[in-house]
Amino acid sequence: MVSGKAVKFGDNVNTDVILPGKYLVLTLNPKELAKHAMEGLDPNFAEKVRGGAILVGGKNFGCGSSREEAPLALKHAGVKCVLAESFARIFYRNAINIGLPALECPGISSKVKEGDKMDIDLKAGIVKDQTRNLIFHATKLPDFIMEILDDGGLIEHLRRKMGSK
Amino acid sequence: MNIAEKILAKASGKDEVKPGEIVEASVDVAMVHDLTGPLTVKSFREIGAKKVWDNQRIVIIFDHLVPANSIRSAELHKIMREFAEEQKIEKLYDIGRGGICHQVLPEKGYVRPGTLIVGTDSHTCTHGAFGAFATGIGATEMAAVFVTGRLWFRVPSVIRLDVTGKFQRFVTPKDLILNIIGRVKADGAIYKGVEFVGPTIGNMSVDGRMTLCNMAVEMGAKIGIIEPDETTLRFVKSRTKVQFDPVKSDPDAKYEKTISLDVTKMEPQVACPPSVDNVKPISEIGEVEIDQAFLGSCTNGRLEDLRLAASLLKGRKIKKGVRMLVIPASQEIYLQALQEGLTEIFVKAGAFVCNPTCGPCLGGHMGILAPEEVCISSSNRNFIGRMGSPESRVYLASPAAVAASAVTGKITDPRSLEG
Repeated sequence: MVSGKAVKFGDNVNTDVILPGKYLVLTLNPKELAKHAMEGLDPNFAEKVRGGAILVGGKNFGCGSSREEAPLALKHAGVKCVLAESFARIFYRNAINIGLPALECPGISSKVKEGDKMDIDLKAGIVKDQTRNLIFHATKLPDFIMEILDDGGLIEHLRRKMGSK
Repeated sequence: MNIAEKILAKASGKDEVKPGEIVEASVDVAMVHDLTGPLTVKSFREIGAKKVWDNQRIVIIFDHLVPANSIRSAELHKIMREFAEEQKIEKLYDIGRGGICHQVLPEKGYVRPGTLIVGTDSHTCTHGAFGAFATGIGATEMAAVFVTGRLWFRVPSVIRLDVTGKFQRFVTPKDLILNIIGRVKADGAIYKGVEFVGPTIGNMSVDGRMTLCNMAVEMGAKIGIIEPDETTLRFVKSRTKVQFDPVKSDPDAKYEKTISLDVTKMEPQVACPPSVDNVKPISEIGEVEIDQAFLGSCTNGRLEDLRLAASLLKGRKIKKGVRMLVIPASQEIYLQALQEGLTEIFVKAGAFVCNPTCGPCLGGHMGILAPEEVCISSSNRNFIGRMGSPESRVYLASPAAVAASAVTGKITDPRSLEG
């Protein structure tokens, strides 16, 4: 179960606003990347998500560049899970691979409001808005993706599979 | 099967694949650059691997921050040089030896029809122009490719774009792809493939085809792809001696849908800030004054683009108060531009000609925008803050429109400058 307060964004949130290109030189320092997450859209973002938050986006969340630093910055800023109507494919793959759950959740962006308390059962694909007493059914993650998330990301997953752990 | 399905079937050892199916496929070429490579190397180490699966299939190209613009970027370059040496990766294109990765990869003969290519850059879809299945992936899954040579893919459903008609003078493949993105929208092809067909594509040069496929990702597409023909084979065979097996779509291949377009009456197109799908014909833009004009990037930094811009700039001057940056996409193009006298035309017009790099396109260095500044750019993205300040604005257009606008100081239809 993943829990946190909803922080909302609109459609087509792109990787240039999630993490501007000028910070990509910080690639190997996720804590530094995190300081600049969503800088262009919301200067108070880091404060809002500190201690755990659920990001709620619209269509095509994470479109644009292949930069894995975008989900990395979100994760290290305190984002526990991203829910959206749909995802851009590279962002989606990157999020799963670094162990940040991303769920397609039709209808969510118009009903959940900023600050709502959210509970998410990843395995069952059930999303609850406790503040408004709403239940959403997310697209269930295939087993092999769930396995990667359970292991904490692709690196841990491969380590386990290769027996080097 | 269509061309995309055929390539994935072959790469995953199956007779047939269907859209939606998840396959594990063998990768033919894996490309990283200076900004995404270091995270790949870090993940490779964390996985605990010692040797890459095949050091002949990995290509490393420095392009995003070249030459190093800070100590941090210099450190990233160093990480990649050391990794290449350790793993005996010979295909490293360092500063002065290559250029923008999506230009260098085909120039050096690594893009071959029918192959599966992955790169840690979203514009890897450019290589579909040569009939390859090419797509962008993240740094950590690239580390997994470095270890295993394999990766999972969901077989995409494919939208077919059937293009007919002859372009008017100064209307280009860039205008066509902007027009398409304006119709399909930024999320219209998520997880899907886009195949370009029709006589207009058949008559198009390799340069133009690359521009089309390059921007497929701006509709969310996994790949842009064009069936290999004589034009493709002539180019590829002039670049490599390696044998390859061109693949074409079956006559009864299935598509999600077909969109038909006629370019005959198309006017130059402009993508207005802050999204690539906010596309208008140039006549509807109104009066937009510019501070900077940028000609370059993996979308439009090729020889054909430079020639077109030079044809408009010859004997003209860039408007006072406007700065124009010209960045050839590779060392090879840089040299050809010199030999053809294009560089002289640019310099005499007052343009600033830079070394091959991604440079200002991603706001990395070389031409970053101040608050309130406006840039017309031949690149691929106009998102908030893409080229610098979140308060700056970027309009995307063709090389011809960029050159014409640099002359007048406002967004200008290149056809109005003729004569």
